[in-house]
Amino acid sequence: MKILVCISNVPDTTTKITFTNDNTEFNTSGVQYIVNPYDEIALSRAIELTEGGKGTVTVINVGEAGNDPTIRKALAIGADDAVRVNAAPRDAYFVAKQIAEYAKDKDFNIILTGRESIDYNGNQVAAMVGEFLDIPSVSIIKKLDVDGDTATIEREIEGGKEVLTVSGKFIASCAEGVAEPKIPNMRGIMSARTKPLAVVDAVAIEEVTKVTKYETPAPRGTVKLIPADQTEQLISLLHSEAKVI
Amino acid sequence: MSVLVYVEQAEGKFKKSVFEAVSYAKAIADQQSTNLTAISIGDVTDSELKELGKYGASKVLNVSTDQLKTFVNQAYASVIAAAAEKEGADIVVLSNSFSGKGLAPRIAVKLKAGLADGAVELPSTDGKFSVKKTAFSGKAFAITELTSANKVIALNPNAFGVKENATDAAIEAFTADVKQSDLGTVIKEIVRATDKVSLPDAELVVSAGRGLKGPENWGMIEELAALLGAATACSKPVSDADWRPHSEHVGQTGIAISPNLYIAIGISGAIQHLAGVSSSKVIVVINKDPEAPFFKVADYGIVGDAFEVVPKLIEALKAHKA
Ligand SMILES: Cc1cc2nc3c(=O)[nH]c(=O)nc-3n(C[C@H](O)[C@H](O)[C@H](O)COP(=O)(O)OP(=O)(O)OC[C@H]3O[C@@H](n4cnc5c(N)ncnc54)[C@H](O)[C@@H]3O)c2cc1C
Repeated sequence: MKILVCISNVPDTTTKITFTNDNTEFNTSGVQYIVNPYDEIALSRAIELTEGGKGTVTVINVGEAGNDPTIRKALAIGADDAVRVNAAPRDAYFVAKQIAEYAKDKDFNIILTGRESIDYNGNQVAAMVGEFLDIPSVSIIKKLDVDGDTATIEREIEGGKEVLTVSGKFIASCAEGVAEPKIPNMRGIMSARTKPLAVVDAVAIEEVTKVTKYETPAPRGTVKLIPADQTEQLISLLHSEAKVI
Repeated sequence: MSVLVYVEQAEGKFKKSVFEAVSYAKAIADQQSTNLTAISIGDVTDSELKELGKYGASKVLNVSTDQLKTFVNQAYASVIAAAAEKEGADIVVLSNSFSGKGLAPRIAVKLKAGLADGAVELPSTDGKFSVKKTAFSGKAFAITELTSANKVIALNPNAFGVKENATDAAIEAFTADVKQSDLGTVIKEIVRATDKVSLPDAELVVSAGRGLKGPENWGMIEELAALLGAATACSKPVSDADWRPHSEHVGQTGIAISPNLYIAIGISGAIQHLAGVSSSKVIVVINKDPEAPFFKVADYGIVGDAFEVVPKLIEALKAHKA
């Protein structure tokens, strides 16, 4: 079984988000980058599914050389090899096209991504890759089991879950629950240095979206404190002042 | 040129988020001086389809075949894209629901369209077609210009609201070719907790954290939520410890929500938690630690022990309702 896991290089979750250049660019100064947390979940499940010689896991990232430490982290967690498509990721459409171009003749049985990246929160790449490759895609999955050529998947839906099967090649985006994120051990970290990291060129593709400006949410007012023994006052404020109940 | 909105049904019914998407799509159609068509897939009665007229859909395409009774991402995307082509729709609107998130990107690729997901406002009308969308898990917004001729927008729940706009909806049967290869996924089972309010599109949410000490203490949280008609949520350590299901975990690595009211009980307000909830319209925090960071973003707060405050809050709410 050959599994491809798409990983994104994102600001650490504790990052305070700021912008420069008249709010047209994300301010990267002082920002630590990590493997997107959901992608770690996808990667961990891929490693579990191929453990004991049952297959291989390749990670792919679309990005410039600065992303290599993040890719090495994925190798340290346990991926067998890695590919970087050498281009600044413009948007999900661009990224998905690059991944699909790489994957189209490589015969991966399964492609996994995280449910979304924590920077642009797209939820887009998995389904777009699925469409470019004309294979089924299942978004925001909570569980993935594979038996021969058939996978059984649990997917979240509003107020419940859906269990489905898919046979043959597919791509899925993983949410919490699919696997516990693995922590690299010393051996993993050592071997990550020597695992293959191929760099390939990007293909040209038309631009479809462009972020022109960023905004940060308006600061909230100060909190109105209500004494603990006056819960009826809170209810009345929520009713008549905030008008939410 | 026209606008097409996909209306997602669950067991033959439309939810509030669908009427919201139709209201939003109608406002875009008005902006562009064009008309709005809705497309529904699955078994939905004519009277339910007619409901869409209330929010401004003047035409409703109804696709109902055995193959498409249940949701199949790939096939639904094909049908919606075919409808957009037939209607000459250059803008497709969907709810940014679990299914919408899987569909919108496929439709975007089929139509070679830019996709703005997590949209929170109407597109700009300054000549460029730009959509404000959430980014960095609610820590910021990205104004995203869709530069392609066709455009797809997935609207965040509770971002626009439901707006009535009475029109008489003409219902038309629609068929589109579905390839066998589009039917690659097969649904075996759907489990819906019918008595519970669904978290992503809930208007009111009661959420609790590690301050509750253990899963056995969630009774009062559920009681409060039931009284309000609210959904329940939790912080990450709570779902990690299996006190609550993963589907209730909100935050940067959980679900991002923007209800009208978010009540956070025994949650510290760590940056990763706030990332997914800070766009809630009104935030109430109950925490025994006056220094808890959550109070900095709250509108209303009670400094106190949840085990004393929540039962009193339940009593006060019962009295208010009576
Ligand atoms: C990569 C990464 C991603 C993360 N993503 C998320 C995420 O998406 N969502 C998320 O929630 N967290 C996330 N976290 C975890 C986050 O950093 C915090 O650890 C978490 O939010 C804390 O949860 P908590 O507030 O329930 O628990 P605690 O930090 O233990 O806080 C409990 C709070 O309860 C209060 N309390 C205790 N007893 C009582 C009582 N009797 N009555 C009233 N109040 C009481 C305490 O004063 C305290 O403020 C993430 C962390 C990392 C590293």
